[in-house]
Amino acid sequence: MEFFKIRKDIPFMRHALAFNVISGITFLLAVFFLITKGLNFGVDFTGGTVMEVNYRQAADVPQIRGSLAKLGYHDVAVQNFGTSRDVLIRLPLRKETSSAKLSEAVMESLRQADPAVELRRTEFVGPQVGRELVENGALALLFVSIGIVFYLWFRFEWKFGVATIIANLHDVVIILGFFAFFQWEFSLTVLAAVLAIFGYSVNESVVVFDRVRENFRKLRKHTVPQIIDNAITRTISRTIITHGSTQMAVLAMLFIGGETLHYFALALTIGILFGIYSSALVASPIVMWLGVAREDLMPVKKETLEDGRP
Amino acid sequence: MNKYPLWKYLLILAIVVVGIVYALPNIYGEYPAVQISPTRTTKVDQGLLAVAENQLKQANISYVGAVLDDKGARIRFTDTETQLRARDLVQKALGEQYIVALNLLPATPGWLAALRAKPMYLGLDLRGGVHFLMQVDMAAVLKKAEESYVDDMRRVMREKKVQYLTVNRFDRGGVDIRFRDAGERDKGRDILRKELPDVELVDADRSGDFAISANMKQTAVFEKSRFALEQNMNSLRNRVNELGVAEPIIQQQGQDRIVVQLPGVQDTAKAKEILGRTATLEIMMVDEEHDLSGALAGQVPAGSKLYKMRDGRPILLKNRLIYSGDNIVDAAPGFESQTGSAIVSITLDARGAAINQRVTGENVGKRMAVVYIEIKSEPRIDEQGKPVLDANGRAMRVSKRVEEVITAPVIRSQLGKRFQIEGLDSVQEANELSLLLRAGAFAAPVEIIEERTVGPSLGADNIAKGFHSTWVGFAAIAVFMSVYYVIFGLISVAALAVNVLLLVALLSMLQATLTLPGMAGIALTVGMAIDANVLINERIREELRNGNTPQASIYAGYERAFGTILDSNVTNLIAGLALFMFGTGPIKGFAVVLCLGILTSMFSAVMVSRSMVNLMYGARRKLEKIPIGNTAWKETSSATG
Repeated sequence: MEFFKIRKDIPFMRHALAFNVISGITFLLAVFFLITKGLNFGVDFTGGTVMEVNYRQAADVPQIRGSLAKLGYHDVAVQNFGTSRDVLIRLPLRKETSSAKLSEAVMESLRQADPAVELRRTEFVGPQVGRELVENGALALLFVSIGIVFYLWFRFEWKFGVATIIANLHDVVIILGFFAFFQWEFSLTVLAAVLAIFGYSVNESVVVFDRVRENFRKLRKHTVPQIIDNAITRTISRTIITHGSTQMAVLAMLFIGGETLHYFALALTIGILFGIYSSALVASPIVMWLGVAREDLMPVKKETLEDGRP
Repeated sequence: MNKYPLWKYLLILAIVVVGIVYALPNIYGEYPAVQISPTRTTKVDQGLLAVAENQLKQANISYVGAVLDDKGARIRFTDTETQLRARDLVQKALGEQYIVALNLLPATPGWLAALRAKPMYLGLDLRGGVHFLMQVDMAAVLKKAEESYVDDMRRVMREKKVQYLTVNRFDRGGVDIRFRDAGERDKGRDILRKELPDVELVDADRSGDFAISANMKQTAVFEKSRFALEQNMNSLRNRVNELGVAEPIIQQQGQDRIVVQLPGVQDTAKAKEILGRTATLEIMMVDEEHDLSGALAGQVPAGSKLYKMRDGRPILLKNRLIYSGDNIVDAAPGFESQTGSAIVSITLDARGAAINQRVTGENVGKRMAVVYIEIKSEPRIDEQGKPVLDANGRAMRVSKRVEEVITAPVIRSQLGKRFQIEGLDSVQEANELSLLLRAGAFAAPVEIIEERTVGPSLGADNIAKGFHSTWVGFAAIAVFMSVYYVIFGLISVAALAVNVLLLVALLSMLQATLTLPGMAGIALTVGMAIDANVLINERIREELRNGNTPQASIYAGYERAFGTILDSNVTNLIAGLALFMFGTGPIKGFAVVLCLGILTSMFSAVMVSRSMVNLMYGARRKLEKIPIGNTAWKETSSATG
């Protein structure tokens, strides 16, 4: 079986400008939604209390809201979580009440309405913890970016590092844009997915760039766009198959992994789809425009032969 | 050309076998068990275990087995219902001196257990339980320490006849000492510097004022903070015992935080109430005028009360509080300089010191007792010994005041601010006693800043969902790979299976905490690890299309793809490391799985699949065709030219 029988190089670079315009627009849209709508940060980042409760029958959400209003909580989000019997309650941070008493009080009032209610999970995050998590998330993103630029610089050349980071940060912003547009909850797990996808889709650019480097050595008479076209064409089959495989695993998580993994898998899905696009069709044109030349890679060539291929 | 030397095959085989052995405990699951652990005054031994076993036999409760090790005794059952009944029974039979907790024991067969093979350690989101992150209010600790230094400074200067005007503590921290003239200031500074080495003194003269500004040295601040944290962790540990948790985790996190994880605990309200409690100490005189045996017979003299020592011996104390644990600033274990025996040195605050001086002066040769008081809560028991339930069917709890005399030394001479308790049997005893004495001292306020509770049903759900999604993802990839790459696809699937096996084995060996995101990490690793095999297989196909022989194509496919695989894994590893460094809790679990998965996939995708290919095809001289799917078409790409 073979999906791709591409007999001629696809002239990707001829349309480089078009691809970048598409990316540019998507990117700007994502930034626009991030600014206007903002991310719907989960309790991990904002601080507050989340409770997941389970009922024997379908839960009566308005009644739960009523019970909470009696306790003085009006700014509460109550929503079904996965099934109609599971309910997620989000309570904002309050100075005067301690977390311990809060979840107990809520359960007490819910029990009065329906004694069969069961507390499945509570999470309380204090304000200082939330702030630290935001800081650590930003630091992690910075660390990954710098680490990858340096690695690609060392393995290839700085132009490749820069192009890859631009392409991948563009992916990250687009994932965040989706979360902002749909107001999906941005939790710690989603952040982990974003960082994981960062490392993963860089890998895609690496595969293409590896070919570019090889082609520079092999195809002496070709122009730079021809070399890049050839590299993308010849890796595209692998790109689609491996991303397809990863996506299969992620889809399994998306559909049967439960609510907790749902948004995690969603972030991965968007990341994988845009990763394919950006690494081939965003990173490569940037490298081209940064003026990559055969000479850039020549000194590196010998080195990689020694350490990369035992 | 496609042959590995024999040792390489053997090495790969050995690694896979070790992987199987250490991954194996995970399929045996866990037994419900009851764990009996000793408290600080008791010991769990064979005799005690026999008592417990006898009780179970009499009540006709069947158990699978009982083991005794350094952590205590464990009795295994077949189902959780029996386990619950047995726990109540054993707790009643053994009394409060033992902690009887519910636990899950790995059902690993003996030969595996002998190899130290254990199932993966499940995080709280998978097994259910409570996680607290507590912040110790270090500002309060330091404030208390500074206040005590203020007392010390006044006392030292008074004793050395230094004329000072005022000694005050600033609200923002630091102490200000004022003098009438420069001479007194110099004298004061030199004396304080000698007497209080933990304080940094700087001249801070202002217009017409002679002053010294005093601050605690960085080392002293550090020491006090460490002490406070240690003290808090110790009292948390004592209280967690009371909750009957089998494997509690109490760890320091950063400079001023404590993580408490209580697997299996559901009643968070009770857990918080117990953890948030502070113990107090009361210092009283021993009643030596009256006869102890008379008191034991029921004739307790007026103004006295019967107490128990920690080892259970009775002691009669005069019912008047001399001073309390609040007046104890510090208690540290040490050695007596002449005899070398273990001692505990105690420091009191100014008020405590004044009282101590007066009372000990009047009572030389008599005994003084330190009483440890804690309010414990326990289930209310009716006449039949069954717990009383409230309207909601939950066990009702009653508070009980526990009083225990932790030490009752003889007063040798008049004491003051600093004194020591001698005649302790061991360093360990000195350590324990000083920790108990500090119970009231560093009762720094602790605040819960993060709480995560996961019910057991949710934990089980999470395991099932995580497992299913990994399995379904794996199956989908396996089907696709074997259809698309035929035999080479099957080899890739086998390599992928080895990858999962090794990952599970590594996680089990390291006993890294497996969380739900960690399970997602396994699923994701499955999806990402196949990348290496796709790269290799695509490369082999390409080489074949270019007209190379099958053997040469296999060789070139593996060799050329390796550089790419290495690069792409390094970038993944960078992301994984960042998550590990900056992530906490479940995210760290994800990062660990991701990083380990990258390492195992490098091995399995390249070495394991190659060894299989080599074994199957490497030795054939006339290999015309290899089953890797259709490669018959020819590309007219410029690369071939």
